[in-house]
Amino acid sequence: MTSSVLTPPSGTDTPPERPSGTGRSVPAGAFRPRALLEATPLALRKLDPRVQLRNPVMFVVWVGSVVVTVAAVVDPGVFAWLVAIWLWFTVLFANLAEAVAEGRGKAQADALRRTRTGTVARREDGSEVPATELRPGDRVVVEAGMTIPGDGDVVEGIATVDESAITGESAPVVRESGGDRSAVTGGTTVLSDRIVVQVTAKPGESFVDRMIALVEGAQRQRTPNEIALSILLSALTIVFLLAVVSLQPMAVYSGRPQSLVVLVALLVCLIPTTIGALLSAIGIAGMDRLVQRNVLATSGRAVEAAGDVSTLLLDKTGTITYGNRRATALHPVGVPDDELARLARLASLADGTPEGRSVVELCAERYGLPAEASADEARAEFVPFSATTRMSGVDVARPDGTTVAVRKGAVASVLAWLDEHGGVDPADGERVRRTAEEISSRGGTPLVCGQVSGSTATLGGAIELSDVVKPGIAERFADLRAMGIRTVMVTGDNPVTARAIGDAAGVDEVLAEATPEDKLALIRREQRGGRLVAMTGDGTNDAPALAQADVGVAMNTGTTAAKEAGSMVDLDSDPTKLIGIVEVGKQLLVTRGALTTFSVANDLAKYFAILPAMFAALYPQLGLLNVMGLATPESAILSAVVFNALIIIALIPLALRGVRFRPVSSEQMLRRNLLIYGVGGVIVPFLAIPLIDLVVRLIPGIG
Amino acid sequence: MSDTAAGLLQLVVLLVLLAAAWRPLGDWMAHVYTTEHHWRVERVIYRVGRVDPDSDQRAGTYALAVLAFSLVGVLLVYAIQRLQGFLPLDATAGGDAKGAVDPAVAFNTAISFVTNTNWQSYVPESTMSHVSNAAALAVQNFVSAAVGMAVAVALVRGFVRSRSGRIGNAWVDITRGLVRVLVPMATVLAVALVACGVVMSLRTGLTLTAADGSTHPAAIGPVASQEAIKELGTNGGGILNANSAHPFENPNGLSNLLEILAMLIIPVALTRTFGRMVGSIRQGVSLLAVMTVLWGGMLAVIWAAEAHAPGATGSGLEGKEARFGIPSSALFADTSTGTSTGAVNSLHDSYTAFGGGGTLLNMLFGELSPGGVGTGLYSILVIAIIAVFLAGLMVGRTPELLGKSLGRREVTCAAVVVLVMPTLVLLGTGAAVVLPGTAGALTNSGPHGLSEVLYAFASAANNNGSAFGGLTATSPFFQIALGAAMLFGRFLPILAVLALAGLLSAQPRRAESAGTLRTGTPLFAGLVTATVVLVSAITFLPALALSPIAEGLAASAQIGALP
Repeated sequence: MTSSVLTPPSGTDTPPERPSGTGRSVPAGAFRPRALLEATPLALRKLDPRVQLRNPVMFVVWVGSVVVTVAAVVDPGVFAWLVAIWLWFTVLFANLAEAVAEGRGKAQADALRRTRTGTVARREDGSEVPATELRPGDRVVVEAGMTIPGDGDVVEGIATVDESAITGESAPVVRESGGDRSAVTGGTTVLSDRIVVQVTAKPGESFVDRMIALVEGAQRQRTPNEIALSILLSALTIVFLLAVVSLQPMAVYSGRPQSLVVLVALLVCLIPTTIGALLSAIGIAGMDRLVQRNVLATSGRAVEAAGDVSTLLLDKTGTITYGNRRATALHPVGVPDDELARLARLASLADGTPEGRSVVELCAERYGLPAEASADEARAEFVPFSATTRMSGVDVARPDGTTVAVRKGAVASVLAWLDEHGGVDPADGERVRRTAEEISSRGGTPLVCGQVSGSTATLGGAIELSDVVKPGIAERFADLRAMGIRTVMVTGDNPVTARAIGDAAGVDEVLAEATPEDKLALIRREQRGGRLVAMTGDGTNDAPALAQADVGVAMNTGTTAAKEAGSMVDLDSDPTKLIGIVEVGKQLLVTRGALTTFSVANDLAKYFAILPAMFAALYPQLGLLNVMGLATPESAILSAVVFNALIIIALIPLALRGVRFRPVSSEQMLRRNLLIYGVGGVIVPFLAIPLIDLVVRLIPGIG
Repeated sequence: MSDTAAGLLQLVVLLVLLAAAWRPLGDWMAHVYTTEHHWRVERVIYRVGRVDPDSDQRAGTYALAVLAFSLVGVLLVYAIQRLQGFLPLDATAGGDAKGAVDPAVAFNTAISFVTNTNWQSYVPESTMSHVSNAAALAVQNFVSAAVGMAVAVALVRGFVRSRSGRIGNAWVDITRGLVRVLVPMATVLAVALVACGVVMSLRTGLTLTAADGSTHPAAIGPVASQEAIKELGTNGGGILNANSAHPFENPNGLSNLLEILAMLIIPVALTRTFGRMVGSIRQGVSLLAVMTVLWGGMLAVIWAAEAHAPGATGSGLEGKEARFGIPSSALFADTSTGTSTGAVNSLHDSYTAFGGGGTLLNMLFGELSPGGVGTGLYSILVIAIIAVFLAGLMVGRTPELLGKSLGRREVTCAAVVVLVMPTLVLLGTGAAVVLPGTAGALTNSGPHGLSEVLYAFASAANNNGSAFGGLTATSPFFQIALGAAMLFGRFLPILAVLALAGLLSAQPRRAESAGTLRTGTPLFAGLVTATVVLVSAITFLPALALSPIAEGLAASAQIGALP
């Protein structure tokens, strides 16, 4: 990835993107302490009660802050004022967490916004209108150097387009009418030629608009899990509200009514403020992590669903194997090994296709032949592949005026060509055919290589081209299996070939000779079995399957139909990324769970701080509960409140970065996280509150 | 044999008997609630009741059936009490002919018995006639237990079924619970209790001659038959005021053991039924483990606190029957409060602060150690849902339990179930202690007085029914407040549980994989146990700090050592 609007300009904010799909852990969005300062103005604006009302837990804290402030005004005192101030800090810190998370998307959104402004669209009749006035169905002409005014499909012509404004990829791509390469995105620039684009997006609903909304977190819809968690947090808040409200009559009965300030402090310490404060920041940051990977989700729901996926449909080509077949072996027939290598190299030197290059690389690697063409060789005349000859190669002019022709190509074509120019031993011909059949049966592609010099035809042998499984992919699939995710390789290959590659890559299932209908049927079958399915796709005929899948990732190079059907768009068009997307989804959920557990586990220590402070004067024996040795009742309560506020700030980086995620089984993950966030959540305040108390007790009127 | 050794031996015998019964009874109940075959006697009942036993109900219909059935129960019990003077056998167990039961008492009692609470704000000997006991109260002992089991089974069906939305037939579940489980077991147990010496008579006004030749009037009645279902159905309301401390209800160690076994047997075996129905015994075992740890933990607390009661030697025996001693009393108290039975063989009010606090906390866990018949199972499943939601996100998936994902609506239902009890207990206690009349109703002031009020509301809201004692709960405030606590504490959770069952049943069942949270494991059992303890601790710590904790710490401070 080169410079992209999706990479914030300030380099420090984002770690260098690792090659997606190969990184073993989810890269973390780093957190700068300065971001807190920058987000403060926004955080202050969020003190508005209407904003707070959206978050029941923090709204209770907000109301509590108001109540304590009023109490402090009515009956001033150092303690009351300090509690009031720290309660306001608690609300502010929660706002800060959200503001910081939102701020990270802001720079990206601004850059995106610039691509939209001032674009002028030219209609077919030559009239010019602002891009913002285009409606679906309008046709516009875009020529070299112009910015495409809106999302649409190319209906006429072919052009190279610079999509770096969206994808960050500087290499231009070809867009043409018809087929699977017809979609263009508003804000990208035509580099050559002229195309007519039919607009498909309404103003304000274009791809860029959606991206802006997404990275800003403006129209963030709360996700199903988040809503369910909020309900549980509200229920806990109600329980604690009851516990505190009913405590006062019991305290009156026992003979020691408590002040409003103390009761509010107890309530705020008990309700799950930590997770309540960080909940929305976690969601925004999760989305942000996807955006950093150049993946755009249409909704937060899709990101969450990614964590639940239990079956991955992966295209063989590009995901499991390299996009192109590579030369993997030479099978000489009638000549020595190195003679075939020499011929194969010569036939491929000028062949710029990936297959051709891979032959040269193989010869260089195994036979020590030079990878670059010598000056002489460079003068040879290249004979490109054509559909009629079905072979390619070079004609090398000899000093004596004769020409040596070297060719590689389809078995039958090359053999026929050799027969035409003098013929070869029929037994050799038969042997090379058998070798070719063996290669085919292994799932490879055979090429035959030969030379004609004057009237002498020489058969070299066969070159085996085969799919090469990407390194490390088998380990990735093993990780996925440990996480309970099945992988299904989808390919158009025949079942034998498909099985061979599937075994090498270690997938759980292979769908061979797959049609789009087969994919759809497979997805439905998995879903009926109670599994959530994720897949990638780019063609229009993938659209139904993309829509049916629980997580459908469309490639940005794909058609508009595919992009509309999918729930995410991968700007890099890298199908391997699907695995990373699943990890981001899981990490999002783990982070929420970890902070919820931590938040609830914290309560125990807070009771040990506050209850003796409230009632030790009444029942001295309750002083035994003051296991933390806090100085005075006031310092104990204030320390708990300060801890409660500071822990929010302390956990903002974790909320933004996400809990470290490792591909292990659920049992191991639960054990580990329960230990860290559950047991840790019980212990941490027992250590931190006394430390805070050491400072707080120094305040006159408190200690 | 020392007291402790005898206690431990009794505990071992109890556990062996439970272990032996767990499998056959659990499997039998699973069969009862899943078979499509109706017994002939059941067909007769369905024909008389004009219900179609083969219809599969949605949650709403099921809930309506449960509510209607219970409402009819309340009205019948109220009517019989009010009309007992006109009915035959109108003499009370105490021997005097009694007229109508006081309206407030009749109302409270009707709710109390229909809700499986069996809180008794009256003296049974002098209030209820044999007919009221047998036709109203004993009948409710059976049917309220059957209702609890039916609701639990409906929830289990929610987990089992996929894309159905239907949770069984309430009439069939209640009928089968009665005909195939409760009546046969109660019959056997009643005979066994009679063999142990529990009385069974329609006589009234017995006169006993004491060793010194003096005569005393004694209450007698059809005790054994009611005693059996009182324990089996985790009801707890006795025919005699002294409940299971009375020699006519619980004459000796053997009857005591049988009664403890009876309280535990169905709630414990239901975990096996659950495992059977969901197709994985491990799931049931892990719930059983949670129940066992909580029950055993509280037993240890109560037993230790009583055995080391501060003060003079033997002071731990205050309020306990000499024929049972400390271990059998602690075992009974722990079981009775853990099963929502509420029967007592000793006076909990006289327990030490921590011992009494243990019985109180046992109820405040939410009655799932192992809980009442059916109610224990559904309560623990709801807590499991909460536990899964609190920690289950940490495996990186939408929280799910047994293949059912827990979304907004499922969590709302679970939250309602867990919110009801603390709301009733805390608000009830809070309101009670500030009322001017309360101080007069208490025999103790200070922390112990607060314990008495807290215990009353915990007992009512959890449908336990045991009384700490020391609180005179006959004032209109307590009659109404505790009546309301019993009613809401029973039916709000039932409605939420049935709604939950419907939601779960409508969902497809998700496939289990290495990535899903495994629920039949020790880790999961530990998680659920921790959730029960942590949630009840953080909810009730302030209240408990002012009652048993303050009292207990003061007592131990006096003798200079923690118990």
